[in-house]
Amino acid sequence: MEPIIRARGLVKRYGTFTAVAGLDFEVGQGECFGLLGPNGAGKTTTVHMLCCVLPITEGDVRVAGLSAREFPRRIKAMLGVCPQESNLDTDFSVVHNLVAYARYFDLPPAEARRRAEALVDRFRLRDKAAVCVDDLSGGLKKRLLVARTLVNDPSTVLLDEPTTGLDPQSKHQIWDEIRAMKIAGTTVILTTHYMEEAELLCDRLIIVDQGRIIESGAPRALIAKHLGGQGTLEDVFLKLTGRQLRE
Amino acid sequence: MSLLRNVSYRVQHVWRRNLEVSLFSWKTTVLPPLLEPMLYIFAFGVGLGAYVAKVSFQGRLTDYLTFMAPGMIAVGVLFHSIFECMYGSFVRMRYQRTFDAMLATPLLIEDILAGEILWGATKGLFAGLAVLVVIAAWGLAAFPESLLVLPVAALSGLLFAGFGLLFAAVSPYIENLNLPTFLFINPMFLFSGTFFPLDGLPRWLRAVAWTLPLTHTVEIMRAATFGALAARLWASFAYLAVLTPLVCYAAILLMKRRLIK
Repeated sequence: MEPIIRARGLVKRYGTFTAVAGLDFEVGQGECFGLLGPNGAGKTTTVHMLCCVLPITEGDVRVAGLSAREFPRRIKAMLGVCPQESNLDTDFSVVHNLVAYARYFDLPPAEARRRAEALVDRFRLRDKAAVCVDDLSGGLKKRLLVARTLVNDPSTVLLDEPTTGLDPQSKHQIWDEIRAMKIAGTTVILTTHYMEEAELLCDRLIIVDQGRIIESGAPRALIAKHLGGQGTLEDVFLKLTGRQLRE
Repeated sequence: MSLLRNVSYRVQHVWRRNLEVSLFSWKTTVLPPLLEPMLYIFAFGVGLGAYVAKVSFQGRLTDYLTFMAPGMIAVGVLFHSIFECMYGSFVRMRYQRTFDAMLATPLLIEDILAGEILWGATKGLFAGLAVLVVIAAWGLAAFPESLLVLPVAALSGLLFAGFGLLFAAVSPYIENLNLPTFLFINPMFLFSGTFFPLDGLPRWLRAVAWTLPLTHTVEIMRAATFGALAARLWASFAYLAVLTPLVCYAAILLMKRRLIK
């Protein structure tokens, strides 16, 4: 099947610093694809190039056959992006955040309102619907951020560390939502530092270090290959990336 | 010129977002533009004006209040558009991450920045309209000539919003914005023929004053409220009309360079 996302020789340089040093990967329709790596590996930079926020230095990304260099608007219309740090609109309430965000995708007001209300229910934010975002806890903000990701009914979602800093309950709720996205046929690209999360959710993943792919495959296959099937993805990760601190 | 090609109808989404935020807090966004000029008019026009002899404008003598009132329209436009795109845009860019959120949608950075300028101009226009209503109610504005104030307020609003965004673009930290306030906005506020005729100034200072954009805004607005429109105003209009797209273009260019690396 034609991959929905295809990155070829993807490079990002800032002056003399190379953040991403030539990534090649493909993500199939409906796949949950993990983007793993230590801090500073270039994960977020890669996500930002995929969603056409950062200009690509070399190489290209194609989403549904469209080049990110030529069709940023059309690609962005198909994607849902959940950023690592909240950029919710602190001037608006929970439901208004969703309505306002839907408007950026040119959704007509009635449809924006309908989708916002549906997401408020689905993400169990009904009690907080009228609350200003500034007054939400970290967990609720993250939940709203993931809910906002779906407001344009994206065919692919990019989740950049969606469960960082969450309590186990909120984490499991977001995992359930990611599973629901997979069932709905949505392609998911997930960056995370939690190897358990990647093992649980990802069909396939790449491990990136210093801007390069050092390993790729299905979680079980990687454990089989590097540890003879005995151990966890975290063991594989540490074996491949070493134990010294980054940054 | 790809910068201009990337500006689309989506600017309305950015404009609308800022409008909604303003309407939520209308007491702080609507009342100051109405009340602030009243403060100036009372302090200078009524208070100080009692000690000032007649002022000469275009060969006719007028009382001080009538002279300075149209200057307050221009000042309202200046303050409300330039500060919105200096501090307001800076906060949305840096602290609220509003631009980041918008960038993940079909909006391009050019849409966002043009939307910000349009919004700043809207606030300036509203402030100008508010002062015009006040001074018209006071009987200090001639009609229909005074209606010319509105398009000039819109044009000047775009210009000052562009300046505001330009300053935000080149300021590493929000504290740095004090510098253009001190070096550009305050001198312009005082020396653009707002509070006194430029004729009394030394020749060199008069020459400097005529390079300030607010001088041209004041020039046209005063002629309008006096009902004394003249052909020479076209020069002031041309000055504003040429400077505005240049400043807005530079603002978008520099802000884009800052944000999209």
